[in-house]
Amino acid sequence: MKKVLMGNHAISYGATLSRVQVIAAYPITPQTQVVELLSEIVANGELEAEFIKVESEHSAMAACIGASAAGARAFTATSSQGLLLMHEVLHWASRARLPIVMANINRAISPGWTIWTDQNDSLSQRDTGWIQIYAADNQEVLDSIIIGYKVAEKVSLPLMVVLDAFVLSHTYEPVDIPDQDKVDKFLPPYNPKIKLDPEDPHAFGGLTAPNIYMEFQYNHQLAMMEAKKVINEAGKEYGEITGRYYQNLSPYKVDDAEYILITSGTVAKTTNIVVDKLRESGVKIGNLRIRTFRPFPSEEIYEILKDKKKIFVIDRNLSFGNTGIFFQEVKASLYNTDIKVPIFGFVTGLGGRDVTPELIEEIVNYGMKKEKPEEEVIWMGVKK
Amino acid sequence: MLELRLHGRGGQGSVVASKILADAVMKGGKFVQAFPEFGVERRGAPVFAFVRIDDKPILLKSKIYTPDHVIVLDPTLIESINITEGLKDNGIILINSELPPSEFKFEGNYRVMTVDAKRIAIKYRLGSKASPIVNTAILGAVIKAIPVATMDNLIEAIKDGVPVKIEENIAAAKEAYESLIKGE
Amino acid sequence: MFKPGKKIEFKSAKEIPLTPTSLGDMTHNYTGSWRNLRPEIDYDRCIDCMICWKFCPEPAIYIENDRPKIDYYFCKGCGICVEECPVKCIAFEEEGK
Repeated sequence: MKKVLMGNHAISYGATLSRVQVIAAYPITPQTQVVELLSEIVANGELEAEFIKVESEHSAMAACIGASAAGARAFTATSSQGLLLMHEVLHWASRARLPIVMANINRAISPGWTIWTDQNDSLSQRDTGWIQIYAADNQEVLDSIIIGYKVAEKVSLPLMVVLDAFVLSHTYEPVDIPDQDKVDKFLPPYNPKIKLDPEDPHAFGGLTAPNIYMEFQYNHQLAMMEAKKVINEAGKEYGEITGRYYQNLSPYKVDDAEYILITSGTVAKTTNIVVDKLRESGVKIGNLRIRTFRPFPSEEIYEILKDKKKIFVIDRNLSFGNTGIFFQEVKASLYNTDIKVPIFGFVTGLGGRDVTPELIEEIVNYGMKKEKPEEEVIWMGVKK
Repeated sequence: MLELRLHGRGGQGSVVASKILADAVMKGGKFVQAFPEFGVERRGAPVFAFVRIDDKPILLKSKIYTPDHVIVLDPTLIESINITEGLKDNGIILINSELPPSEFKFEGNYRVMTVDAKRIAIKYRLGSKASPIVNTAILGAVIKAIPVATMDNLIEAIKDGVPVKIEENIAAAKEAYESLIKGE
Repeated sequence: MFKPGKKIEFKSAKEIPLTPTSLGDMTHNYTGSWRNLRPEIDYDRCIDCMICWKFCPEPAIYIENDRPKIDYYFCKGCGICVEECPVKCIAFEEEGK
């Protein structure tokens, strides 16, 4: 069934179709319509789930941890400062290896007080051990929640689906809502091997001495690396059912390209328009959208970038004192390879500043003119 | 690609109108995207909503700066904000007003059209007399002025998108469709 | 007074559970070695009310033949039983005397 949905509601439908059993959420700013619609769906009896209203985002994630540990499929949604407040328990969720799926609406961080988009909230959670998927349209948002549970439960890691505030969260787009029985076949009920169960008692989160702690971290890392494969497999399996395939990377016209733009989120969609336009004037350019940020698909990125001339990374985020974060990650993943081409790092669109086709074209023009980047961070659209 | 901008006041239902229009356009087989002004909205304050329509999937995710046409849900806005900002040459300005198009003068080459959506909304008891809800009525006029969807598409979209008084909303849209004044 | 307990040793990452769950119990951890004062029950005065058994937080008091018994492998010498005994029949003795 096709429906015009805003991004927030695409998340709600994704969670409903995934038959989540526990939803814990803090219902006040920076919360969005995600849980508002979910609370209605639960109240109407259309979804058999426990809706827990909590007093903070920290508690929301704590409740999800308890629910997931008890073997329930748990869901929450948040944004910006709310996600930051969750930080401590995000680590707990991933190290407890709980397959919680969360939607995060990318909103910039205050002060100055803001509700507009950039990626610094979710990228600040880079090292919490969560899988992070960046969506580029509302269809992908809905699909990524469903695929997200499949991946999370397969590798026993929590997963965050990330989308741009307003540009997706409040924008209506036609979305195909898959049939429940198709989703049920793709995503069977969650059934963990060990859970909080009075019939089979276990001690959870016990003292882990130096003689064993490191091995848990090693296994966590193995699961993350495994997730690279699992995300692609699950995305393919989902495609066979729905016709919509999702992979770690979403390349656009990269095969014969000499120049590559690297993008994420909705900026990638607008970038495709620019690629088409530049190709008409003979510029061999392509766009590589990174969907999976953690685990970082280094090997797949290498395969695409290995014979290119120049790479332009667009970051809607910034690590103060260094550079854009996708730029760092791309550079780091290529350092020990034979790729020795200039990589330009552009920072733009912070705090919801619009990223227009004209701006992206300016980025390409800048990169084409220079032999190599002259600054670590190339600010675009800033009033210096 | 066609880009529309809707002008209303917070609480009048401009965002809902943009969503119902998007739904109607989708039901008519075109690709569509609708979004509000990105930010906070307050009751009574001027608000915007935007709709993009195309025959192919819409990739563009930036804002709309130069709309093809504008739709004004509240005529008092014409005095308080510049509703023609960025409006393309020969664009339609569709105004909810009991006055004929000739009563409105704008600098630039535009096609002014009017529809008395307020009267129609009151007739079908949509909202209150003091603050009628004109959004479904004006959509009837929109699809007449800018044929991006059929009346059947719009009726289906109203059925899916309006929670109460569905028949009255459909009747209002139909009457507005018939009573659009195109000017010269 | 050494007594071997149940201690789980993992040799590699392949052997450990998914998450630090049931990594073993604490029966190998003889908290009795922490004690410097040793509670002794005077069974002639003891009324077998089991208040000490209820209050012992370790718990290091168990019931044998309907009488309370102190497990000195695990008794930390906290003295709660000494304090709570209604007939004051539990007395602290210095360890090593």
